[in-house]
Amino acid sequence: MNVTFRIRRFNPEADASSYWGAYDVDAEPTDRVLDGLHYVKWRLDGTLALRRSCGHGICGSDAMVINGRNRLACKVLIKDMGRVITVEPLRGFRVLKDLIVDMEPFFAKYRAVKPYLINDDPAPAKERLQSPEDRARYDDTTKCILCAACTTACPIFWSDGDYVGPAAIVQAHRFIFDNRDQAADERLAILAEESGAFRCRTIFNCTDACPRGIDVTRAIQDVKRAILLRGVSG
Amino acid sequence: MVSRLEFDAIVVGAGGAGLRAALELAPHAKVAVISKLYPIRSHTGAAQGGIGAALGNMEEDRWEWHTFDTVKGSDYLADQDAAEVMCREAIDTVYELERWGLPFDRTPDGLIAQRRFGGHTRNFGEGPVRRACHAADRTGHMILQTMYQQCIRRNVTFFDEYQVLDLLVENGVCHGVVAYRVADGDLVTFHSLAVLFAVGGFGRIYKVTSNAHALTGDGVAIAWRRGIPLEDMEFFQFHPTGIYKLGILLSEAARGEGAVMVNDKGERFMERYAPTMKDLAPRDMISRYIYQEVREGRGIGGKDFVHLDFRHLGPDVLVHKLPDITEFVRVYMGLDPARELVPIQPTAHYAMGGIPTDIDGRVIIDEHDTPLLGFYAAGECACVSVHGANRLGTNSLVDILVFGRRAGRHMAEYVREGAAAAGSHNPDLAIRGEIERLRGGTGDESAATIREMLQQEMMDKVSVFRTGGDLDAALQTIHALQERFRRVRIADRGRQFNTDLLEALELGYMLDLAEATTASALHRTESRGAHSREDYPQRDDVNWLKHTLCYRRDGRVEFRHKPVVITRFAPKERTY
Repeated sequence: MNVTFRIRRFNPEADASSYWGAYDVDAEPTDRVLDGLHYVKWRLDGTLALRRSCGHGICGSDAMVINGRNRLACKVLIKDMGRVITVEPLRGFRVLKDLIVDMEPFFAKYRAVKPYLINDDPAPAKERLQSPEDRARYDDTTKCILCAACTTACPIFWSDGDYVGPAAIVQAHRFIFDNRDQAADERLAILAEESGAFRCRTIFNCTDACPRGIDVTRAIQDVKRAILLRGVSG
Repeated sequence: MVSRLEFDAIVVGAGGAGLRAALELAPHAKVAVISKLYPIRSHTGAAQGGIGAALGNMEEDRWEWHTFDTVKGSDYLADQDAAEVMCREAIDTVYELERWGLPFDRTPDGLIAQRRFGGHTRNFGEGPVRRACHAADRTGHMILQTMYQQCIRRNVTFFDEYQVLDLLVENGVCHGVVAYRVADGDLVTFHSLAVLFAVGGFGRIYKVTSNAHALTGDGVAIAWRRGIPLEDMEFFQFHPTGIYKLGILLSEAARGEGAVMVNDKGERFMERYAPTMKDLAPRDMISRYIYQEVREGRGIGGKDFVHLDFRHLGPDVLVHKLPDITEFVRVYMGLDPARELVPIQPTAHYAMGGIPTDIDGRVIIDEHDTPLLGFYAAGECACVSVHGANRLGTNSLVDILVFGRRAGRHMAEYVREGAAAAGSHNPDLAIRGEIERLRGGTGDESAATIREMLQQEMMDKVSVFRTGGDLDAALQTIHALQERFRRVRIADRGRQFNTDLLEALELGYMLDLAEATTASALHRTESRGAHSREDYPQRDDVNWLKHTLCYRRDGRVEFRHKPVVITRFAPKERTY
């Protein structure tokens, strides 16, 4: 099938501002949007710049705005996107070139929530025990691949770049609700700050955007509730 | 412009092996991790089914049995001393991951849950054993996340999106790397006492592969160009259950949980070929049997694929134990595995061969185990050899953890002793010429076209079944493509995020590794593990129970050999 890709282009070495490039792509209906972008890059215009790696929704490299919604280019099929497919870089981050954005502020927020297990008890000889029920409490948020689709879909984040954003809260949730971890209060205190979880207005854009099917809004609500129940302040 | 940075130790690659080594080094040395991707984008994250370790949580198990399975799975080409080390230390590395927070699935008693996997048996081959420790079918994702988390905790320094171009070697000692900063096109020299390559595999030399686009074997080719041999390159594993045409992996965990393969007649054909292990026979054998079914007219609809049948597992197993692959089938095939059969074909998955190392990750450069001081390798890019002619499922994750840790430990010691002199202040940057040549190329060849032709040729002639005639023809094609590569013209002449240039560089590396793979396959005139020569169908222990060392000397490929270390398991016929 023939489809048209409309791609938001910007080359910092040549362009004063971004513009739309249009490309006719000959694709199989079951091709991924990523395959279409490769068609453009490999046959029509080698200067197109994008990040991608695994090609099947696991590595988190190729989150972008496709037909107005945040998606992984390797996880949506061309046949589901119509005859004209628009592709733009994620919103709310500085565009470095074409579809490549500056991810550093995103990872800085991720690092700020102490995204690692903290447990200073002496290590047991074998594994720490954890019941299947306790393991299930944080299962959903372990799926996060840090693609930034959720954070860059959030209108609060668009208007306030200081907001820690859904992805960092998801990452904090994964440890706050893991009963092997001992630093929930430290993380909750960080998320109780002005830039934290209460900036969320439960708009659900994050949940819609998550390519891993994480119930992001619920995770944020879990965190808000824990802050209130434990009386933590930022 | 060239900038210069100094560290005690450099780790190239931020997948499982690289991060594990960095964690070992961090308390003792100033270490930096360099990756062409962001760390959590590395392909360890795509590993699905589990990590093998004889914890014995679900039934009796012993690391000696794991060792036997690894050796037998390797078609007796693994070095048995190395396999012993790996299987023994696997147990502790799994506990260590758990203590770092890895969210393993749990038994009702709260222990790490384990499942069956291909080629893993109890009591030296009696029947399947539950050995693969898992977190649903996203075990690799959890390993990568957990180790990256620990790196953050320990303040490991990362250089993300730096493409390594060359090794700095002077007077037979390695003391750093040259890298290209993707953001602005500048070269950076990283000087250090020790360098670890943990750069992953190169499945992208094949058309149908489970491997990420990034897996082009850059570091392996760089080592080869520097005169370091590559070991056992003829052994490339095709995983039997890739999604038809796409190659996306459907984990062996599917069969570990009870899914089976069926042919056009609806027959569970593996019962005929491997009466004990059936669908859990090793991958090399199953991939051959799938194509045997296809050749004998029992592919689905006479075509080149068979079906994987999940339908009897029930929705609970799919949702809780195999959620990701269930979703892959839905998204990419539009099929519901709970109700429909899934078309599968073998997919290029794993390089058993690579940069030769000893059990401490030190790179060795000849059959006498002479090390190249300061240079280490671990993970898929390395060949210890623990996988021999065919790797067992789960053992890649075991490999990256055990040998990532061992390499990190040895490097820490080597750095502390300060054994090597710091390198020259003005390294030879010949590599800069290649970058400028590519950026300014005026030829008429397209990298994308050459890459497609290479991938097709490798798929047609250097995959599951091979013949001398085909391999010879493939080698001619590769040489012709290498010649055309010299005339590549790229469209992007800029400096910032020039992915066009990077893809051309990657193609150069892929062409070299395709050459090493094909030449090694032509050289080995027997069939063993994943290397199946139709003109030499038997295993030949008299002449070929030895490792291949493939060198590039003055543009030509030469071979030497290294004996296999055999400790307790004498080579036997391999039946399952």
